Amino acid sequence: MKRRSLLTVLGMSPFSAGMMAREVPDPQREAIRARYFPDVVLHTHEGKKVRLYRDLIQDKIVMINFMYAHCDGVCPGITANLVKVQRLLGDRVGRDIFMYSLSLKPEQDTPKVLKEYAQMHGVRRGWTFLTGHPKDVELLRRKLGARNLDPVLDADTSQHTGIIRYGNEPMRWWAACAGLSRPSWIVESVSWVDWPQNRVKPG
Amino acid sequence: MNQHERRIWSAAKNRRELISAGLSSRRDLAKLGLLTAAGFLVPKDGLSARSPKDHGTGGGQPVSAPTRSFIEPLPIMPVKQPVASLNPAPTVNPNTGAGEGRTRAHQALTLFPPRKLYQVTQQPAQISLSPDLPLQSMWSFDGMVPGPTYVARYGEPILVRNVNNLPNNNGGFGNNSVTTHLHNNHTPSESDGFPCDFFQSGQFYDQHYPCALAGFTDPQFQATQGDPREALSTLWYHDHRVDFTSQNVYKGLAGFFLLFNNQDTGDETTGFRLPSGQFDVPLVFNDKLFDQNGQLFFDLFNTDGILGDKFLVNGKIQPFFQVHPRRYRFRLLSGGPSRWYQFFLTDPTNLSKTIPFWQISNDGNLLPKPIQVTSTELAIAERMDVIVDFSQFTPGTSVFLENRLEQTDGRGPTGNVLAAGQGTSVLRFDIVLPPVADNSKDPATIAKFYDLPPVTPNQARVTRTFQFERGNGMWQINGQFMDCNTSRFQVQQNTSEVWILQNSSGGWMHPIHIHFEEHQIVSRNGQPPQLFERSRKDVVELHHNDQVMLFFRFRDFLGRHPMHCHNLVHEDHSMMLRWDIAPTGDTNPNP
Ligand SMILES: [Cu+2]
Repeated sequence: MKRRSLLTVLGMSPFSAGMMAREVPDPQREAIRARYFPDVVLHTHEGKKVRLYRDLIQDKIVMINFMYAHCDGVCPGITANLVKVQRLLGDRVGRDIFMYSLSLKPEQDTPKVLKEYAQMHGVRRGWTFLTGHPKDVELLRRKLGARNLDPVLDADTSQHTGIIRYGNEPMRWWAACAGLSRPSWIVESVSWVDWPQNRVKPG
Repeated sequence: MNQHERRIWSAAKNRRELISAGLSSRRDLAKLGLLTAAGFLVPKDGLSARSPKDHGTGGGQPVSAPTRSFIEPLPIMPVKQPVASLNPAPTVNPNTGAGEGRTRAHQALTLFPPRKLYQVTQQPAQISLSPDLPLQSMWSFDGMVPGPTYVARYGEPILVRNVNNLPNNNGGFGNNSVTTHLHNNHTPSESDGFPCDFFQSGQFYDQHYPCALAGFTDPQFQATQGDPREALSTLWYHDHRVDFTSQNVYKGLAGFFLLFNNQDTGDETTGFRLPSGQFDVPLVFNDKLFDQNGQLFFDLFNTDGILGDKFLVNGKIQPFFQVHPRRYRFRLLSGGPSRWYQFFLTDPTNLSKTIPFWQISNDGNLLPKPIQVTSTELAIAERMDVIVDFSQFTPGTSVFLENRLEQTDGRGPTGNVLAAGQGTSVLRFDIVLPPVADNSKDPATIAKFYDLPPVTPNQARVTRTFQFERGNGMWQINGQFMDCNTSRFQVQQNTSEVWILQNSSGGWMHPIHIHFEEHQIVSRNGQPPQLFERSRKDVVELHHNDQVMLFFRFRDFLGRHPMHCHNLVHEDHSMMLRWDIAPTGDTNPNP
């Protein structure tokens, strides 16, 4: 399959960060921001304070998943997959593609715990683990569509969602894939929201 | 405005006032006794308001602004016209140099040379869904939503060139690389619209439809060029772009494709003598939501299923249709994204009156013979052809096509069938046109359409079992996820198989669609299927905890195809797998 590793093949970012942000505000982009990305303050595993939209999402291609450090359900498999995804994407991660893992147990997952988790898994630059005020994390869990309609399953953190949201914020392209799919498939999925000029034509 | 419309209008006005008074939550309205259990507002008869129940993302769904019902006529999509030639001419191998996005050679272009050529363009269009809403920026085939209706015939192969002129600017949702699936056609894989056979804006893609009966390679059907019992009639085409199908179809990329032969002729004086021409009317049902600016709203981060509070038929919110007092054939299609329907005919002046009609197909395939019914149920992507005789009604009166199946979220219908008048009337039939000749045959006197091909599960080469589940918020089949590059199993060409589909996903229902070959239901939960399911099908409804056994014959072509949930939101969240037809198959029982 030719498309499989196109992101690493192309390996270039056509937009410098912030370039599109200065264009005329786009009402649909604004609507997506308003609905899904409350600009709450989060803490990174490196101890930095960041704003969800302004610092993490705006102008970027992003991948967002949910986890917690002591999760022994889907998290280890997804984290292992994402480690491979980060390797496959190469130096675009941290340049125009950003990976985020949001802790669903913010009380336990302090920045220090998340840092240990990241180090243990060999996480590189451009992939950020996030924690925050429990209220904000719960808000984000709902906003990002990680809730379960069944209240029992919803209350059970071990049943938390294993999807990865991927999207291109300025292009307003958003979709999701399963965090337990093959890393090459996750990379291919993210390629579908790559900048238009990077889109590889088949053949 | 008649009395009925006045009631709807005042209900809508009520709702507007409630909302402006800040009473917009379901709990508020329920407290005031203004919401039924179904989440409909108490003022009924066609008001299609749904509660803004907070189980989507982002803290509740928007509530669409009021729209008047039954003030615009039902649109009839024009018949797609062929072109004399295509430039460049179609080629067996992908014409990559000229900008074709196809990646595999046509399997049967020389065997079935196209008798008609078509060119269709995926392009943005400004579409009016209601006079009470602003124009919508949608994506269309040839500038219309739904797209034009193809009318094809067995024995007349065609080729459709898709030209992608969609912009990168998606207006908030949608992906402008596309792949068009012709739902239920016996199409070679490279022309079937496989989810990863998408092509980019600026490219084209030739799709070759042999219009040949399944079994044409079987020597026993040489004389008839395929098994005549496998004839298809009501198909539809829609975008199938992996991960983005729900967005692209919601945005408008769908239309009808009708297939005729020397029995279902399209002429009511010949063959089965089914109502034809202007009396043969495709109806696609969709539900949609609109934001505070009256623009189409799509919940991007919803993984459960998306329900609208506005009900459209052929792209208009609750239209009316003026009819002659005679028989009509309606081809009903549930177009998604996530709603199931059960349609009744409702007499607004006598709600207790039961109005029978004839169901003649399931999934667009003519049944062994017509069945008289009082309602018909459609899951997403199912098609049911029905015959309604309007000569039974008093001239000047109206009847409604009413959906009485209660559904409050993406899980599927609740199981409640609402009382007459409590559901949503999606279409009003006005019996106001003068009497005209009716050369169609009374369905009561039709003894037979096609026999069903034999079902011989004991001759199946392999029995495979598939569990449709939800785990950690993800949709899965046998614990795995969609991946276009991984073929989960190989079916051996020219063999038959039994597939057992199990719904193990708790409170969720799934309409499962299998491309390329139709199936017949051997058993549903150990019981033989009901009369209306004794049919060839391409979508099987999986209700709670269902176990359904299907029988297939795989013939004629090779290549990859998907099986997937046709709740478009589940489909886009990995409830899909790829399987292949190959010269040599495997026998994996749990692929
Ligand atoms: Cu489903």
